[in-house]
Amino acid sequence: MNITFTPSRRDILKGSGALVVAFSLNPPLEALAQDTSAMPPKSVALDQVDTFLAIDDNGKVVVYSGKVDLGTGVRMGMTQIVADELDVPLANVDVIEGDTALTPDQGPTYGSQSIQSGGVQIRQAAATARKALFEEAAKQLNAKPEDLVVAEGVIGSKAGGKTVSYGELIGGKNFTLKVDPAAPLKNPADFKVVGKPIARRDIPGKVTGGFTYMHDFRVDGMLHGSVIRPPALGAKLENVDENSIKGIPGVVKVVRDGNFLGVITETEWSAVRAARELKATWSKSETLPDEKKLWEHVRSTRIVKDDVTSNIGDTTVAMAAEGKKLKATYDFAIHTHGSIGPSCAISEFKDGKLICWSASQATHNLRKQLAQMFSMSPDDVRCVYVDGAGCYGRNGHEDAAADSALLAKAAGKPVRVQWSRADEHGWDPKGPPTLIDLRANLDGSGAITAWESEFFIPQGAAGNVELVAASLSDLPTEHKLAPGGIVQDSQIGYKIPNIKTTCHRLETTPLRPAWIRTPGRMQNSFANESFLDEIAAAANVDPLELRVKYTDPADKRGLEILERLEKLSKWEKRPSPQKNISGNVVKGRGVSYVKYELVRTYVGVVAEVEVDRTNGNIRVTRFYVTHDCGQVINPNGVKAQIEGNIIQTASRTLKEEITFDRGQVTSLDWASYPILTFPEVPEIVIELIDRPTEKPWGAGEPTAALVPSAISNAVFDATGARLRSVPFKPEKVRDALKSV
Amino acid sequence: MTIALKVNGKSQQVDADPSTPLLYVLRNDLGLHGPKFGCGLGQCVACTVHVNGRATFSCILPIAAVGDREVTTTEGLLENGKPNKVQQAFIDEEAAQCGYCISGMVMRAQALLKMKPHPTEEEIRNHMRPNLCRCGTHAAILRAVRRAATA
Repeated sequence: MNITFTPSRRDILKGSGALVVAFSLNPPLEALAQDTSAMPPKSVALDQVDTFLAIDDNGKVVVYSGKVDLGTGVRMGMTQIVADELDVPLANVDVIEGDTALTPDQGPTYGSQSIQSGGVQIRQAAATARKALFEEAAKQLNAKPEDLVVAEGVIGSKAGGKTVSYGELIGGKNFTLKVDPAAPLKNPADFKVVGKPIARRDIPGKVTGGFTYMHDFRVDGMLHGSVIRPPALGAKLENVDENSIKGIPGVVKVVRDGNFLGVITETEWSAVRAARELKATWSKSETLPDEKKLWEHVRSTRIVKDDVTSNIGDTTVAMAAEGKKLKATYDFAIHTHGSIGPSCAISEFKDGKLICWSASQATHNLRKQLAQMFSMSPDDVRCVYVDGAGCYGRNGHEDAAADSALLAKAAGKPVRVQWSRADEHGWDPKGPPTLIDLRANLDGSGAITAWESEFFIPQGAAGNVELVAASLSDLPTEHKLAPGGIVQDSQIGYKIPNIKTTCHRLETTPLRPAWIRTPGRMQNSFANESFLDEIAAAANVDPLELRVKYTDPADKRGLEILERLEKLSKWEKRPSPQKNISGNVVKGRGVSYVKYELVRTYVGVVAEVEVDRTNGNIRVTRFYVTHDCGQVINPNGVKAQIEGNIIQTASRTLKEEITFDRGQVTSLDWASYPILTFPEVPEIVIELIDRPTEKPWGAGEPTAALVPSAISNAVFDATGARLRSVPFKPEKVRDALKSV
Repeated sequence: MTIALKVNGKSQQVDADPSTPLLYVLRNDLGLHGPKFGCGLGQCVACTVHVNGRATFSCILPIAAVGDREVTTTEGLLENGKPNKVQQAFIDEEAAQCGYCISGMVMRAQALLKMKPHPTEEEIRNHMRPNLCRCGTHAAILRAVRRAATA
């Protein structure tokens, strides 16, 4: 039987069975093509080749990825990995992502793990498939597998003669094969597309308007919904005046469930209007601390446990010894994800099952959360990823999904919920406030003998974030804090004889927390790499040289990063601050370095800044970056991630801070939560170190970890003033300048 | 009520609440998904379209106020179905990460280059200042605008 498919993204999104059917010869195709519900479930087990890829009669390959493309280009990365590992033309590979019915649970798309973990799993499945295809070809061609070669998906003998294509060998059939961890991977010397700057396929459509985002996606018979938020966290809904929206056309229903208040309408604009105009009264609620005393609040929050993340030597003794003692406190404000497109989702209940389309970075987790919320079996819930606006962590997507599901249940029809700007700024979970104390001791020669640090950060780790709609309506949801992996990079990799790093895990944090790009690693590295600069200044040594000195001499890749950075940035060796600071506008440079989480991607950066001493304005003029993430799959993708890391984090460092009153977030738009604009964007000079024979590591986060400290160090170099509190707003800079 | 609009060179009739912002009509009634909803406040510029050639925030312009002016979206910039010079420059520079802001970027860059075919770096940056991007694609977007200006 000859089966072909042309993967239409829309068909896939709508859950059409055509694509899956193409790979299931048993039971008969014709019966299944009409009815997806009768289809045997596609394998999503992590140990099966069929879970990750399928090949049709024409040799076209579909990759099933649990990791999703959040605008990072990983979809092309996966395409390149599979095209190379299978030796098929790039054009023959397509990727389906984040559909709980079709794709494996490879974990949420976060932590710079998509290529490093997700891509590597897919690569091994492709290598296993390739081995099996060679064995099958050997039988059919009456040859030994080692005498065969493959080009463009066609296997033949090295000596020439008969050939057989992948399509002929496996087309439309399952491999029914376990992923073999020992299946040999292609020799990097033979890569054809891995490591090449292959252009992403989504960009032309994004530029010309043809690309379907979650926000553009529509379902037949769909209604629109919006949610009226309490004016304060914890406020109780007292009264709703439905007459207040009588004049709005197309209002279908007001949905009230506990403190959840939503409106369902026929058009999107009516949903916007109804949410604005519906009159409701709420109880007064004041649950948040005084914003002006945020850091006192954090310091006095009950500690539920201490995570000692490193303990080398004996810091108690070493700190007590004679020497030059340094101590400092750093803090890092609460941030929002600030997705340009507010969260959006569509849900539909049909025949006892729930299907939910969203831009969730974790559809498998969302599926479990929605199942819990509606007391359903996860088997009856399907979550489908549709590309959204960049989220940079767990923003409001899952909450919009829960909103839409609650409204869809009330409506008995599919309901689309489009969050407003205020919903997104006010109600997405936030990057929690972080407070860090550091101490060090230097002996008479200026050598660092002890390093101690204490991080005040909320308890919890990467998990599921409580769903707002479930909380408001008192439906089941998890109530644990899930701030992300925020203890990482509290440790330092430098060779210091006595080190103790402790994370005090706090019982609560003012606003619902979640991970935002480089969670914890950014805040922790800010403190570590700035404090190291304070030590360099105290020891009167060049800060880059200090980093080289304390790097393990066996860590050649780390040393190469620093060496190349010195050359790239034309680093002038001298201690900071610069001598002879004069004039209103002064220039400086700062360095920062990390081996991410002590085990992966190496990055070094130098920031160049200009500080206007009359008003405290900082201009970041240039960033130099040396970057080693091992094997580079797509250099354009990596460079885009590095640029994004720098620009986004420069914004976070210079400008961003959530404001709140005792009831709720008050920075609900771009005027009250400004971000970096074009005139403020630094020049970025990148040197990528590609190591094709090494493991591929992540690039989505590590550079961001260094931006706040590099800027702080550069401002210190320029002015002699040390900035220890993100964001570096002009008033804080002016205060710091006064103390110089 | 029924309102007549001229969009991408075509006359269109839509039946909508006259307070509806142009953005919603373009997206939901006319199926033009280039312009994006970002804030509804005229702060992020993702919704930018041209109204008689001027870059305009469609999220805060009620359809009743459009009148007989010509509305153009990024879809309307296509020439014989192919990307125009500015769009092609964005494609060539891969100037999109999530890309949600990109239609607005293209529309605003197009308006600049129409007024000023060879802008300075400072003019480009100042002109693009209102357009927000969260992925940090600015550097690539600037390369794209420069490329379009020299193409």
